[in-house]
Amino acid sequence: MNEIFGIPLPALLGQLMLGLVNGSFYALLSLGLAVIFGMLHIINFAHGALYMMGAMFSWLAMVYLGIGYWRSLLLVPLFVGAIGIVIERFLLQWIYKLDPLYGLLLTFGVALIIGGGFRYVFGSSGQPYSIPPELGGAVDLGFMFLPKYRMWVIVASLTICFATWFMIEKTRLGAYLRAGTENPGLTQAFGINVPVMVMLTYAFGTALAAFAGVLAAPTTQVSPLMSSNMIITVFAVVVIGGMGSIMGSIITGLGLGVIEGLTKVFYAQASSTVVFIVMVIVLMVRPAGLFGKEK
Amino acid sequence: MSATEYLRVSKLHAFYGESHILHGMDFTVRRGECVSLLGRNGAGRTTTLRALMGLTGKRTGSIVINGREAIDMAPHKIAQLGVGYCPEERGIYSSLTTEENLLLPPRVGSGGMSVEELYEMFPNLAERRHSQGTRLSGGEQQMLALARILRTGARLLLLDEISEGLAPVIVQKLGEIIRELKTRDYTIVLVEQNFRFAAPLADRMFVVEHGQIAAEIAQSELAGRMDYLQELLGV
Ligand SMILES: Nc1ncnc2c1ncn2[C@@H]1O[C@H](COP(=O)(O)OP(=O)(O)OP(=O)(O)O)[C@@H](O)[C@H]1O
Ligand SMILES: [Mg+2]
Repeated sequence: MNEIFGIPLPALLGQLMLGLVNGSFYALLSLGLAVIFGMLHIINFAHGALYMMGAMFSWLAMVYLGIGYWRSLLLVPLFVGAIGIVIERFLLQWIYKLDPLYGLLLTFGVALIIGGGFRYVFGSSGQPYSIPPELGGAVDLGFMFLPKYRMWVIVASLTICFATWFMIEKTRLGAYLRAGTENPGLTQAFGINVPVMVMLTYAFGTALAAFAGVLAAPTTQVSPLMSSNMIITVFAVVVIGGMGSIMGSIITGLGLGVIEGLTKVFYAQASSTVVFIVMVIVLMVRPAGLFGKEK
Repeated sequence: MSATEYLRVSKLHAFYGESHILHGMDFTVRRGECVSLLGRNGAGRTTTLRALMGLTGKRTGSIVINGREAIDMAPHKIAQLGVGYCPEERGIYSSLTTEENLLLPPRVGSGGMSVEELYEMFPNLAERRHSQGTRLSGGEQQMLALARILRTGARLLLLDEISEGLAPVIVQKLGEIIRELKTRDYTIVLVEQNFRFAAPLADRMFVVEHGQIAAEIAQSELAGRMDYLQELLGV
């Protein structure tokens, strides 16, 4: 009797859960892209490389420095955020006045350099990163087993996503960010140091990507190649959600994760393409994306 | 430099990309004085204010604000000298509520007006504090654009066409506010198309033509120079 449309309930809920986990990663990554795009008008193609660095650095910190998961969860995003500052100061700040296409090409180049560098040093084989003992095992819900770590990924991502949303939409610092996004010149003429704000925004976006990378490390093989599939889907998510909307990127990320998960249950062959099918449909109906503003 | 001089602009040239817009602006404003920049459309008055704020492209010459050279300063540094800028397009943020718009500019000096005082001066803004900034009427947006720089403690106000496109009662109210600000010893640069609005308020008027000061007229000389102004401005 535990069936819906002929699918056993535990299988359905299990895929829903996996979909939510993937959706959490999509949400974190597309949120970072949205925050960066809003302020810098740059489509940050280095995002996947930063995500990969988040996972690689947690693995390195574990193996070489004995720094465990919980400390990595805090330290690695800070470290990668600092790398973000370097990228912004040395590269991005020079191209803000140019066509956004240059930003896309430049960050794509950065991604290639980072990815290539890591492959050169560490090869492409995957490394295991174990789940912290506190989050090992599963909870028996009676009708299904719920792996604790998956629960944690969803809770942690959503907490960070909504904290970011709250910070941007409801606080004074967020008002500076919104103002700087809408009219940087005037905002600076009010005495707000917009260039520093832009730099910190990029650092924050990169830290979000690295946070996603640390969260992902125990769920996958950590390797310089780990971001390639993820990031393509994330860009599709961004296209579907529409660039620039904070809440839009969170909702779209989660929603598409769930759609992907459910497709696995009902028509597994389409599960890897469903996001792109949705993308095509959305583009036909709303070219600016679900939450994007039409120009 | 005389002790009472608050703003000295000399040989100011400003560019937008390749376009050379200001061709050596020269004028001074004394502490507590209200001057008006008049001129035809496209004469370069908005560009003058934007150049003062560091918002144009390349600038050369000298801009001394309260004794500090500002020609090479970034806009936020210039604001921190105690300058409040009210742009021609008003610059109300649509992604901020009325109150967030009001509270946005950080303090740049001491002795700014309190939020309560401003809400008393502009009761409409208090009523609509939670509305999106750009949902306000044109007049309310102008009040907001003015109110938000009075909160910051700025002592030099650069106001661009604040009376433009507004109903006569609102223009009259703005006139009262400028008068009130003059009694509080603000230094004001009033860019105006509306001669009738500016003339009674300004201690001195500068006529801007082709990015230069073409004439300076003191309040006391006004009657005698009406013909000249009429011809120049078509008033
Ligand atoms: N961003 C810009 N890029 C290039 N040229 C500009 C720019 N803004 C203004 N100009 C030019 O600079 C000249 C002066 O413009 P400005 O806006 O300062 O005039 P104004 O005196 O304020 O007149 P009004 O506000 O009545 O139009 C005009 O010829 C205008 O076309
Ligand atoms: Mg103008």
